[in-house]
Amino acid sequence: MIDITQDRFLNFFRLDERFPHILCPGCGIGTIMGTMVRAFLDLGISQDELCVISGIGCSSRVPGYLDCDTFHTLHGRALPAATGVKLAKPELKVVVIGGDGDIMAIGGNHFIHTARRNLDITVIVVNNFTYGMTGGQYSPTTPTHEKASTAPFGNVERSFDVCFIAKAAGAMFVARSTTFHVAHLKKMIELALNKKGFSVVEVISQCPTFYGRYQGIGDAVKMLEWLKSRSVDVSKVPDPWQVKDRFVIGVLHDQQEVPPYTELYQSVRERARE
Amino acid sequence: MRQLLSGNEACAIGAIRAGVRFFAGYPITPSTEIAEYLARELPRVGGTFIQMEDEIGSICCMNGATAAGLKAMTATSGPGFSLMQEGIGYSVMAELPCIIVNVMRGGPATGTPTRTSQADVMQARYGTHGDHPIVALCPWSVRECFDLTVEAVNISERLRIPVIVLMDEIVGHMREVVELPEEVKLWQPAKPKPVREEYYHYDDTNNYDAAIASFGEGYRIHLTGLTHRKDGFPTDEPEIIKWNLDRLRAKIEDNRSWLWDLDYQDLGSETVIVCYGSAARSAMEAKHQVELKTGRRIGILRLRMLWPFPSQRLIGLLRSARRVIVPEMNQGQLYREVERTVNLNVSVVSVQRYDGEMLTPEEIVAAI
Repeated sequence: MIDITQDRFLNFFRLDERFPHILCPGCGIGTIMGTMVRAFLDLGISQDELCVISGIGCSSRVPGYLDCDTFHTLHGRALPAATGVKLAKPELKVVVIGGDGDIMAIGGNHFIHTARRNLDITVIVVNNFTYGMTGGQYSPTTPTHEKASTAPFGNVERSFDVCFIAKAAGAMFVARSTTFHVAHLKKMIELALNKKGFSVVEVISQCPTFYGRYQGIGDAVKMLEWLKSRSVDVSKVPDPWQVKDRFVIGVLHDQQEVPPYTELYQSVRERARE
Repeated sequence: MRQLLSGNEACAIGAIRAGVRFFAGYPITPSTEIAEYLARELPRVGGTFIQMEDEIGSICCMNGATAAGLKAMTATSGPGFSLMQEGIGYSVMAELPCIIVNVMRGGPATGTPTRTSQADVMQARYGTHGDHPIVALCPWSVRECFDLTVEAVNISERLRIPVIVLMDEIVGHMREVVELPEEVKLWQPAKPKPVREEYYHYDDTNNYDAAIASFGEGYRIHLTGLTHRKDGFPTDEPEIIKWNLDRLRAKIEDNRSWLWDLDYQDLGSETVIVCYGSAARSAMEAKHQVELKTGRRIGILRLRMLWPFPSQRLIGLLRSARRVIVPEMNQGQLYREVERTVNLNVSVVSVQRYDGEMLTPEEIVAAI
């Protein structure tokens, strides 16, 4: 591991006027942002060849704090915008960060189709099981029966498994981690960034302000303990897709690379010119 | 080279000649020929065509390509145009130049996909959320589909705005023999790109006619749909909210003199037809029929740009008119704009047709 000095780490942020950030005390998103930046630094990704793109939501505010090209798009639309950026400048490293509401609900259609097209993009899905920015409504990942501000009598909907959908839609690499397992999280992000093609890291994160309060889990520390006790490594389970009551963490899908969209489209250009 | 082309094809050719190198779209009648042409021709010139999962994805993908420095375009029709409105708002707010072609068909909802209409005139103006001006061009011939697409690209680049090209089904599918120029005049920024340390993406000096940075050029720019300061970062300070909206309005207001684009004949006449798109073709024929029969001159004023509406110019040009006829293939969308512009002593007559058929010269003659 390359030693990351404090200076190099801080230089990756827009420190002058962008801090303090807007996140609540105890939120997991800061942990994810810091871990992501450490992964960029360890992999030697330059700030001038990186574009971080998001939609709308708490985790979608992350790009605004990073000192690189950043694109805060519309709610759910980070992936089509990232597709446009990647097709226009394939040499850029394109990373998308967003929440469970942003990427799996309003952006769900874009998520499956970007995976199907195999754009060379890494997506970090911050799953805190709720819409934090708007005050704790139920999301596509909120477990059935749980309460939310818009499910005062319990959620009757079934929830999505982000990783399962990513794999089914054609992602090259799918991993899950949590904000408790920071070293593990960094490893998963690095593996995803190194994978050519569409890669997804689902990060289970704590939202003590809304989700923790509605479920009676408690404050940030209690929530981190909850993440720790609920998680199990993929090596410890016979079939990660069948585990319903635990967060299975680790690499869940890593397939042999196929050419990403930009490479295939280059061959279209060559055929068109013949 | 003389060619037999449809309006949709001429529009696609115009886009390529104007330097458009990116198209993201979704199939929809009657605009699909534009996508089909560009799917074939864009890769030949090193460009990119992508068919997205829907129109929301299309406009957002186009915004992404534009932010990364390409001239980009999409084409759609009524229902798809409605889906794009969210993304058009983003193009306006983030000041991303791009072209949205809407080949109008009958609505609301799925309506009449294969029939003609001019019913999206108001959707083009007011379809997006928020408070901002818009530029919409409206060709009436195959040649103009080419010319106005080139013009739309230049305007969008100069003003850093989305520009809408409103064609109707007749104009899009009609075939005419045309000779298109190989070379077109393209706007090039006079200023070189500034140094990074002094660069503000939304500085007052670069609202329009400026060299703008893109992703991947080392400027580390931040684009957001939130109300932002000149450095692109969000704020909700009242004076900056107002500054931002004034900036968007100034793009159009400061440039009205060269933006307005209209064509006219015999404006000294007592009766003048104010028209646009394929309805203007019938209006021209109606003018000739009346002049042949009665010997009195009929004025014609054809708008090549519907938005911003050329109110001040119309006041001047319609000075001597006593009767103004506004033929449209909708329920009188632009008629109200004309009515509130002209003097009270001028009678303004709306000629409407909205059954999917072309407005005929005879219907306009009857109104004259």
